[in-house]
Amino acid sequence: MTVAVRVIPCLDVDAGRVVKGVNFENLRDAGDPVALAAAYDAAGADELTFLDVSASSGDRATMYDVVARTAEQVFIPLTVGGGVRTADDVDRLLRAGADKVGINTAAIARPEVISEIAERFGNQVLVLSADVASGRDTDSGWEVTTHGGQKRSTGLDAVEWCARAAELGAGEILLNSIDSDGMKQGFDLKLIAAVRAAVDIPLIASGGAGKAADFPPAVDAGADAVLAASIFHFGDVAIGEVKQVLREAGHPVR
Amino acid sequence: MAKPSVALFDYGSGNLRSAFRALERAGGDVTLTSDLDAARRADGLVVPGVGAYAACMEGVLKHGLDTVIRERAAAEAPVLGICVGEQVLFEEGVEHGVRTSGVGIFEGRVELLAAQRIPHMGWNTVEAAAGMRLFAGIDPAERFYFVHSYAAKAVPPGALAAICTHDEPFIAAVERGSVSATQFHPEKSGDAGYALLSNWIKDLAS
Repeated sequence: MTVAVRVIPCLDVDAGRVVKGVNFENLRDAGDPVALAAAYDAAGADELTFLDVSASSGDRATMYDVVARTAEQVFIPLTVGGGVRTADDVDRLLRAGADKVGINTAAIARPEVISEIAERFGNQVLVLSADVASGRDTDSGWEVTTHGGQKRSTGLDAVEWCARAAELGAGEILLNSIDSDGMKQGFDLKLIAAVRAAVDIPLIASGGAGKAADFPPAVDAGADAVLAASIFHFGDVAIGEVKQVLREAGHPVR
Repeated sequence: MAKPSVALFDYGSGNLRSAFRALERAGGDVTLTSDLDAARRADGLVVPGVGAYAACMEGVLKHGLDTVIRERAAAEAPVLGICVGEQVLFEEGVEHGVRTSGVGIFEGRVELLAAQRIPHMGWNTVEAAAGMRLFAGIDPAERFYFVHSYAAKAVPPGALAAICTHDEPFIAAVERGSVSATQFHPEKSGDAGYALLSNWIKDLAS
């Protein structure tokens, strides 16, 4: 057998609450990240991602508590991203109960932080999160952006950046297509294939899923895992449905 | 009947909160400790570990945990190694060309997986040898959560092993005498992991 394609729901968390609407049946408090994490675990999620969108440092302290309570109740891997700048930030999140940590803007500002984190905790803890938009001025035609999809330009070629991050010690890449995000027209398959051709570490595809049938092509294009947010939260597509279509397409699932 | 006592040894490696709660949920009276006497006395000792082999082994030696692991193995007292905590039970690990001596309970070496996609990350199936206590009653189709780039590949003499294949076969779990170990993370493996930890804890009580 081979390793299963992972299906990963992503929750935006601010000040201890899930933001961006969540509409989950049979859940008394859909704003509680711990309750939602447990519901996704029960629904068959293979892994969970929390994106900390807190604006203030006080809210970040709340995030550690959310991570701790989740790790005590939910027994599948948990990745936490957002606002991670240093190896000490990673240490705090791991101690709170995170298994992996996502890094984005801070790695663009100072790529060496990738090596610092990988050397201290191993590369398996580090997910390089890349928000990618089409950009005319780069060789590949894709550019890395910062600030959560506000398309703030970095001038960095997205494919080269992913390859460099892998060399520096990232254990995995969360590839988020800003162009496709929210469009519900499917994943950016060309982008996935381009990054796949450049790196050997696992690749999580994100951005653009609108229906269950959108997922198998992302895996065909080279993704090892698929991530989505709103379509899971609003119940448009269930985790089980995604697994069903992946299975029918010949991909191993848990 | 009192719950069996489990010492989860803290030598500074990674996320122990999930392991603590998962062992508790599986029926253990769990203590997170860096105290060698607590590690000696407990019905079961859990050796966790994430990150680099050399860094983990340094933590093990600094705390003197290697001595207690050997004592327990000799006295047939249960030990469970998880992930790099499994790897350090072997004789040596080789990472980035650096050779590090392990605790040496199991013969053999931990080395880089010859696989296209490294780290091996995600849920995979294993083929457990008949009679393995850890896998008693667990459906062979169950998947466990792995996250690692290195592994032991040769089954130690007289040991029972579960084999996983990620381009090449490697040891996913091993048991001999009172010492058991898993390359995957049972504490992160949902219901399948819960079943495995429950098997281990049940054995402590008997």
